[in-house]
Amino acid sequence: MSHTWTLTVNRMRLATRTPVFLFFSVGMPLALLLGVCGFVARGRPYLVPYVLSSVLALTVMGSFWGLSMQLVTYREMGILRRFRLAPIGPGALLASSILSNYFLTLPTVIAQFLLARWLFHMPQWGNLLSAFVMVTLGTITFASLGLIVASVTNTAQETQMINQALWFLFLFLSGATIPLPTFPGWLQRVALYVPATYLVAGLERAMVGQESIFHLGANILSLAGCAAVALIISHQLFRWDPGSKAPRRAKLWAASTILPFVLLGLWETHYGGLRKNARADYQYMGHQSAPNAPPNSTPH
Amino acid sequence: MAAPIIQVENLTKRYDSVVALRGVSFEVNEGEVFGLLGPNGAGKTSTVEILEGLRAPDSGRASVCGLDPQRSSRRLKEAIGATLQATALPDKIKVGEALAMFSSFYPKRRNLGDLLRRFGLEEKRNAFYGQLSGGQKQRLALALALVNEPQVLFLDEPTAGLDPQVRREIYDVIEELKFERKTILITTHYIEEAERLCDRVAIVDQGLVIAQGTPRELKQRAAGTTRIDVRLARPEPDGALANLEGVADARQMDGAWVLHSSRVPATIVALVKYLESAGNELSGLEISAPSLEDVFLELTGRKLRD
Repeated sequence: MSHTWTLTVNRMRLATRTPVFLFFSVGMPLALLLGVCGFVARGRPYLVPYVLSSVLALTVMGSFWGLSMQLVTYREMGILRRFRLAPIGPGALLASSILSNYFLTLPTVIAQFLLARWLFHMPQWGNLLSAFVMVTLGTITFASLGLIVASVTNTAQETQMINQALWFLFLFLSGATIPLPTFPGWLQRVALYVPATYLVAGLERAMVGQESIFHLGANILSLAGCAAVALIISHQLFRWDPGSKAPRRAKLWAASTILPFVLLGLWETHYGGLRKNARADYQYMGHQSAPNAPPNSTPH
Repeated sequence: MAAPIIQVENLTKRYDSVVALRGVSFEVNEGEVFGLLGPNGAGKTSTVEILEGLRAPDSGRASVCGLDPQRSSRRLKEAIGATLQATALPDKIKVGEALAMFSSFYPKRRNLGDLLRRFGLEEKRNAFYGQLSGGQKQRLALALALVNEPQVLFLDEPTAGLDPQVRREIYDVIEELKFERKTILITTHYIEEAERLCDRVAIVDQGLVIAQGTPRELKQRAAGTTRIDVRLARPEPDGALANLEGVADARQMDGAWVLHSSRVPATIVALVKYLESAGNELSGLEISAPSLEDVFLELTGRKLRD
């Protein structure tokens, strides 16, 4: 454990010295909040929790991008090989990736909350415990997905291509940029198979519906399941050497990460309430903007 | 007599269709500096990486400090120190931080201030790795290999790609370690390095140890002969110089003839006479004592850096 902590502290230190990290992990998320809230929710504070939940989801989802690139670059440069000579295993390196990413994401998330409250007069904090749990699980899950991407790609260029494809999927199918209820029915059903949808929906429920964690069971379980599977697989497929190529079976293993979401998607399609809740939150925002809206009531 | 600290028996290793090791065997005693000398691709790095526990052999047996590198990987890593052919660290890590981080992974730790002083890195303690010169990076790699007071040190091509001045600096550092009776296994393709630093050398070629012994013993293989490098104004047919008096071996290399002669004066007289009769001229002549390069040449018919 102490090795993991040492690595975590060092990786955090290195990240804060990297302008790319500061731009993408601090500057961009804060600019996104200022831009979106300023554009959509200026003078309409009741919209801020809804907008904030999307911005938080995007901030958390960004984890997979940076981590996968960093791990692949470290492998390509031979940095992982040097670590391999020391008495530490892949578990310590992977855990430190997740932890350092989490501790570096948290201040940005807190700053987004504070800016939403103070600058855009967010009327309520949402359910902070639920939001915290969703942010924590989301960061771990998307970081783990990043580690999976790193384990099946051989070069930074390949990683970039896969990241871009995944990013667009997460961005436009999860409800983070375009509200889920505005999708046609068939696309809503497709979105139920996308991991990011459960993060966005969970954060919406926590921020708008102020739901407790006990009402976010499906979201929490799906993200936790995905994180666990992704961590186990990335540990199994971990490669230290720049020369070692991802075996064919690696791609099959990596594909199994989506298994929890296939099962959950099937369950949600037939029995779940995700789409209903998303619609309720969205309609609630619509009611709030109407002149005869009920004051400060939540939909559930 | 104590058992050798490194034992290697019939190691074989294949990468797809490439056979890297065909049955490498040697032993290294405690306190000895042992060199694996051979051209690129001879199998030196594969051997060392098997001993460091980084690769598994296809067959054969290896033991370092009494440990099987595959079965006791963690304990082995605590007992050894190593530099890779190309050590890389993140550009934004500081020298002092890198030493402190790697040192924290081991139960036995060396004083970091002493290491910084010893490797002339005291003033660079707060410098980023990316700002260091090639020589400083290599000195840091050596310092990192020593953070745990290792019983055995593996140095894989420690001076490859460095300029001659930096190379000499690294030699001084390794000689200090040798003076302390550290057990060191060093791979190199530099003759000078092997002759200067190693107590014993194994010459490796195409995945096999083709000769081993002290540099002196190895050079005695060619001791009966002296090397004569001959440059001619015009080319001579194959075999012409091989028939000169006293010549044991004649090969063409880099546009010159390399003769090994047991009777140098007679060979030179015969050479001059032959050139006169053939209407050719001598444009260069160099006589030198045999080196490990000559031993390699004699054994393989090739130069070390072919």
